[in-house]
Amino acid sequence: MALFSKQNKEAFINPLNLDHPILGQVLGICSALAVTSQLKPAIVMGLAVTVITAFSNTIISILRNTIPNRIRIVVQLVVVAALVTIVSQILKAYVYDVSVQLSVYVGLIITNCILMGRLEAFAMQNKPWPSFLDGVGNGLGYAMILVIVGAVREFLGRGSLLGFQIIPDAAYEAGYINNGMMTMPAMALILVGIVIWVHRAYFYKEK
Amino acid sequence: MKLNTNSNSYIIIYSAILVVIVAFLLAFIFKALKPMQDANVALDMKKQILFSLNIRDLDGAEAEAKYAEVVKEEKDLEGQKVYECQIDGQDILVASLKGMGLWGGISGYVAIDKDGKVYGAYFNHEGETAGLGAEIKDSQAWQEKFIGKKIYGEDGSVVLSVVKKVDDPDTQVDCVTGATLTSNGVDAMLKDGLKSLIQQIQGAGDDCCCDTEKDCCNDEKCCCDAEKDCCDKAEMECCDKAEMDCCDKAEKKCGNDCTAE
Repeated sequence: MALFSKQNKEAFINPLNLDHPILGQVLGICSALAVTSQLKPAIVMGLAVTVITAFSNTIISILRNTIPNRIRIVVQLVVVAALVTIVSQILKAYVYDVSVQLSVYVGLIITNCILMGRLEAFAMQNKPWPSFLDGVGNGLGYAMILVIVGAVREFLGRGSLLGFQIIPDAAYEAGYINNGMMTMPAMALILVGIVIWVHRAYFYKEK
Repeated sequence: MKLNTNSNSYIIIYSAILVVIVAFLLAFIFKALKPMQDANVALDMKKQILFSLNIRDLDGAEAEAKYAEVVKEEKDLEGQKVYECQIDGQDILVASLKGMGLWGGISGYVAIDKDGKVYGAYFNHEGETAGLGAEIKDSQAWQEKFIGKKIYGEDGSVVLSVVKKVDDPDTQVDCVTGATLTSNGVDAMLKDGLKSLIQQIQGAGDDCCCDTEKDCCNDEKCCCDAEKDCCDKAEMECCDKAEMDCCDKAEKKCGNDCTAE
């Protein structure tokens, strides 16, 4: 079996377009609203979720034949919770300021429906390698939206990207003011809605 | 033979093994990363103290060096940490504060110059609402509003306050719009945390009882430390009347009592 057979490619590509976790399945919206007021936490959150979906998918897929059916959700939760705790500890040790910014939301990755959704729908039925690809694909799909929304919100809300000021001082002197609405969580919801609309209208193709 | 993955004993053994493995893994990772996390927490605290001294935008190593340069002494006053600092030859006292916000704890560092005015301030929170209460931490502009405000009134009480409508721009700071409860928390925290520090500030200045009472005690220590009460107006008179004995005795009593002995 080739590592990048057509099927495997689909496992990776589908979640980025047709089967997109946020745009298609509308999963994991909650955390997308909370951590996207600036670009940097959005990127870190996206990466954290990607790592966790990839590894939890792989681990569950390896264990899938041994997991007792009656406690499969419990087993999935234990694996996810362990991974999330590890990631949160690593963030605290290496990028402390970002972990402070993300505060409780790293821990709340446990409850991100993308994870449980992919474990139930994909990893329980498929081999480790396709599951890994599926996890990476879904994580990146999620990260992609976070980055788009985070960039728009930081740019319009604070006039900067990744903390660097983009809008020149001259613009502020000429009367430009940052849109404070953009720093509110509600705007993330509206932006996600707009992204879904654009995606459905221009990129989404029926199978 | 195919394993029956649905039997009770299998489920129990399976979950027990899984949990033990995960527990060991987490314990190991926690132990391995603990020193780095502690270092980060300590560095973050130092950065916050520097923020309150209006030294911002420093990276890890720079902040560490600057902190060592600026902060001279760390003192513990009945559980409240106070830092004696020196910037450009000016003595500054940084007080750590703790209080309650709307959703959780808030904390802060206020730097006080020797005139009893705010030199700089930095506030932090655990879980205030983003965009509203969280502005006490995120908004540098709001923290800078504190600079130059007078902290203590004539009678030594804390007059620095956070209010909705500023009547007295010398002592009052406008609260964060939309975050009245968090602002009230900051106000209470300032009142509570700064009230005991007036001696620290004035003790360093000329107002100390030492000068007037040195004649009386002939011993600086006696007046400044053990017998602070001598500063009270009533007793100053007593001391002024060359009643050395009065001051030397720990009773701190005046007038007739003293002379009688």
